[in-house]
Amino acid sequence: MDAWLRPTSLADALAALAAAPRVILAGGTDLYPSHVTTPLPGPILDISALPGLRRIETHADHWRIPCLATWSDIAGADLPPVFDGLRAAARQVGGVQVQNAGTVIGNLCNASPAADGVPNLLALEATIELASRAGTRHLPLEDFVLGNRRTARRPDELAVALRIPRPPGPARGVFEKLGARRYLVISITMVAAVAEYDAAGAVRRARIAVGACGPRAVRLPGLEAALEGRRPEPALVTTAHLAPLTPIDDVRASAGYRLVATAELLRRALAALGTPSARAA
Amino acid sequence: MSVIGFVLNGRPVVATTSPARRLAAVLRDEFGLTGTKIGCDAGDCGACTVLLDGAPVCACLTALGQVEGRAVATVEGLAEPGTGGLAPLQRAFLRHGAAQCGICTPGMLMAAAALLARTPHPDEAAIADALGGVLCRCTGYRAIIAAVADAAATLPDEPPSGAAVGARVARRDGVEKVTGRERFGADALPAGPFLTVRAIRSPHSHARFTIGDLAPLFAAHPALARVLTAADVPGSLHYGIYATGKDQPVLAEGRVRHRGEPVCALVGPAEALAAIAEAELPITWEILPPVGFDGASAAEPLHAHAPENILCRGRVRAGEPDAAPPAGAVRAAIAIETSFVEHAYIEPEAGYARRVGDRIEIVACTQTPYMDRDAIAAILGITPEQVRIVPTAVGGGFGGKLDLSIQPLIAIAAWLTGRPVRMVYSRPESMGSTTKRHPARIRAEAVAGADGRLFSVRFHGDFNTGAYASWGPTVASRVPVHATGPYAAPNVLCTSAAIHTTDPPAGAFRGFGVPQAAIAHEALMDMLADRLGLDPLEFRLRNALRPGSRTPTGQVLGAGAALAACLEALRPRWRAWRDEAEVFNAARRDPERRGVGIGCMWYGIGNTSLSNPSAMAIGLARTGRVVLFSGAVDIGQGSNTVLAQIAADALGAPLAMIDLVTGDTDRTLDAGKTSASRQTFVSGNAALRAARALRAEILRRANAGPAARIAFLPGALQVSDAGRTTTLALGALPADADGMVLRGEGEFDPPTTPLDQDGQGIPYASFAFAAQIAEVAVDTALGTVTVRRIAAAHEVGRAINPTLVEGQIHGGIAQGLGLALMEEYVPGRTENLHDYLIPTIGDVPPIEVMLIEQADPLGPFGAKGVGEPALVATAPAILNAIAAATGARITRVPATPERVLAAIRAAKDRGRA
Repeated sequence: MDAWLRPTSLADALAALAAAPRVILAGGTDLYPSHVTTPLPGPILDISALPGLRRIETHADHWRIPCLATWSDIAGADLPPVFDGLRAAARQVGGVQVQNAGTVIGNLCNASPAADGVPNLLALEATIELASRAGTRHLPLEDFVLGNRRTARRPDELAVALRIPRPPGPARGVFEKLGARRYLVISITMVAAVAEYDAAGAVRRARIAVGACGPRAVRLPGLEAALEGRRPEPALVTTAHLAPLTPIDDVRASAGYRLVATAELLRRALAALGTPSARAA
Repeated sequence: MSVIGFVLNGRPVVATTSPARRLAAVLRDEFGLTGTKIGCDAGDCGACTVLLDGAPVCACLTALGQVEGRAVATVEGLAEPGTGGLAPLQRAFLRHGAAQCGICTPGMLMAAAALLARTPHPDEAAIADALGGVLCRCTGYRAIIAAVADAAATLPDEPPSGAAVGARVARRDGVEKVTGRERFGADALPAGPFLTVRAIRSPHSHARFTIGDLAPLFAAHPALARVLTAADVPGSLHYGIYATGKDQPVLAEGRVRHRGEPVCALVGPAEALAAIAEAELPITWEILPPVGFDGASAAEPLHAHAPENILCRGRVRAGEPDAAPPAGAVRAAIAIETSFVEHAYIEPEAGYARRVGDRIEIVACTQTPYMDRDAIAAILGITPEQVRIVPTAVGGGFGGKLDLSIQPLIAIAAWLTGRPVRMVYSRPESMGSTTKRHPARIRAEAVAGADGRLFSVRFHGDFNTGAYASWGPTVASRVPVHATGPYAAPNVLCTSAAIHTTDPPAGAFRGFGVPQAAIAHEALMDMLADRLGLDPLEFRLRNALRPGSRTPTGQVLGAGAALAACLEALRPRWRAWRDEAEVFNAARRDPERRGVGIGCMWYGIGNTSLSNPSAMAIGLARTGRVVLFSGAVDIGQGSNTVLAQIAADALGAPLAMIDLVTGDTDRTLDAGKTSASRQTFVSGNAALRAARALRAEILRRANAGPAARIAFLPGALQVSDAGRTTTLALGALPADADGMVLRGEGEFDPPTTPLDQDGQGIPYASFAFAAQIAEVAVDTALGTVTVRRIAAAHEVGRAINPTLVEGQIHGGIAQGLGLALMEEYVPGRTENLHDYLIPTIGDVPPIEVMLIEQADPLGPFGAKGVGEPALVATAPAILNAIAAATGARITRVPATPERVLAAIRAAKDRGRA
């Protein structure tokens, strides 16, 4: 078996995965760093030459982010304010070098608990399209990222694209990331939130997700429910809303601090969503 | 193996190798383009930044197979043909001093080039965003920002004869650094084929081990040439800095005392070594209980010579430290803790060795070629004269390259196999095995009288010196001398202990324990000022050491003890910034609080009460050019430039006439180590004396007086004195082995005396003084701290090259900021540059540098050192600013958001109680 395949059609890529499991390489920004002192695992399927899987598509009822779209592509795309959180994350994942190479879907497939993409895409209610020779299936992101470095992708599948539904009315996203330095920083904790507004500026629906506070990013349904029908404001956040979080102590912070900081980031996210400019979006 | 075609710097090329290889390795190994540097192989440092179809990417994260058909641009292609070899951006880097060691420079240049192609006149925020992915450990980034913002700059003018000292000339080795031509440790390759060494290191902090039968390993890997163990070391197994501290084994002998300690070393072709899994090594471990900083004295000693695991102690006692304080006196006490700090130079240790007959030659990055020479001689069991050390450029040192790293293993392997042997540390290996800054646990108290004058200071610092002695004795002796801070205190007891643990060896790191001590004494000064109701700056000024002051070691300071001038220079900023912070805090209801803090420091230049001579030679070639033979290693701080500037003016030659031969132990005299802020002061004096000796010889031959002017012409000198001109033709003069027809040599050893049991004596010939102020913004809901601006007043005697001096201060401040806010090395947990955080371009605020030039009577042209002084005052200033902003006194650094928030909450609770 070839140690390296770089197919130029999706059919060839899926055929290769159907034949045998392979390590999938897109931007390389997670694969290479995890093999600094050990040889790369193999065999490798380099998907970077697959055609038509780079450009972000706008459709009537959804957007499609294909598997070769990079963080820089997100940052530079003409996307509405519901993507403001994801766009903010796109500018904070690594440095420009990593943003130019790393893909959004690669960030999901790597499934780091601290992946900046996951909470934002949870808040965007993204579904992921998994293709294989056996067919295509769509999974909500919650059902795709299962835990620390674990996803629902079968070895014969390729994560081809994300589908993000278009909200029916005005909506805005925010992203609050806490790190101990300005650039190149892994989040201590992070909050992503999307609010859809009614004509009066109250929240019609909200999705709020937290990353780096458990084996995978999770949504906070209690807080989401508390926002419905109200104008977003910091005072809505209560300790009970944090119940889904299971942070740990590590070199970056203790679990206790993570909870305290997350509550503060949530308050800030709601404050940002409650500003007049946000509601007008 | 594939054939991959792409366009490299405008030319089509083909690489025939594995498409999975990192582009960075291919550029370097297949195309010889070593301007692309490898600092981490993980996308954390950005040193390998290249442009792929015009967009910056990390070449270490880019699979070669992915560049097929695309355009790759590296630093070697930056200058357009016909521009004299330098692009405008490269000239701007030289003018602004944006390259120090130069290891990050190619990455910075490429990231900046991509920005400027898109945005010709970027603002600071855009520059920071574009360069935020490249780490620099030397410059503090401010000069880089200035260079990118001024990308149309021209090179600074060359000064005329006699005006080199004080001129902002571009660094002498700068063109190499901005073009990628500079040769660092991993860039220097032996001619022809070579073997590689791979160390096998302990995963345990404390264990016994046995190495079983190696035959199956050799059978499975026929290309494996040798496996070195402790038994293979030809000479002395142990090495160390001090004659009494040679306790560190080249390869562990049955017992490891820290994680990362090498237990054996594989020698063979690089590909063969890479194919060997650690699990194939027949090593059996018996894990022993680790010896931590807590409880080390109760644990079984790690070394027979260190009972209670105490390596050594230091002590300074003056006056009556136990005397009862006067009426109305106030007292302050504090206990602080600091963490391991990693040097985090962007260049991991690298180099090669080759055996030449009965000699060994080592080409590697180092801060101390002569100490390396003597240590390698002992390890190989040969004479020092049989060892030649040829330092490469050093991609950052900061003390970390004062200890041996790769040298013993490559030397032994080359000696035994007779073949050239190379070793390049990976980033985790560099961080996991080399020395660190000592963690400190300090208790200190100070008493001041109602008159606002210090009455007494008591200080004790325990320093975690790790598994082996390294520079632990230096820290233990230097700290008590400096522990009062730069203030006159009549009654003093300052003590220290260096304590062995099973942590990595703590060694030399910019300041040798003084930065840790300064956190304590500067907190005390603020607390005393507060209790006396005095302004913190004015309180320091009242107590500042001045010319004529007696230090706690009994030394009477001479001219140049100018802390007072530093404080006076800062006073207007101090008052204005404090007023602005007060207005800001009064007007705002959000969680941001601002505060301004001050830190002062003093620092003895050179070794503590130990001889540390430097010798320099300068010669005149038949061509009329001058050659400075300098054994001083320029690790980015600029000694190559500063020493040439001193020599030029002392000789009376234009700087442009001076060529440099540096650091080769076969060709240069022993200038000592690049350490202790000593090269400008000590080697500067040696260069001055050498140049004066050469000048005297020229004048003698011309029968001219001391005021004569010398014109350096091709093949001749014209000496003019009192209207009489004598021409000395050089062509006929006999040349020495170096090709020199005239020669001068000079030596300088700073005059010091030993310290007695109470630490009384003259530890240093010269002290540097500085004061810095910092303004911070503290997010009191999250605990995050942003440093908004810093002003730094440094008394440098004479700034030989103000651009380089400012560069040292900027870089020291960045490291001090890291020490204060984010840097914490945890063995086994932070052995990379994403878990171990150093400041990025967005973390270092604008810095205003004020240079105070009060000539030091002993300094060359009055100059003294600045390398370490730059760092010492910063962390105290930041921590005092946090206290000013929030009322919370941070006693454990780094002041991570979590610790700051906890301190704020504790302060609030105290306020309520």
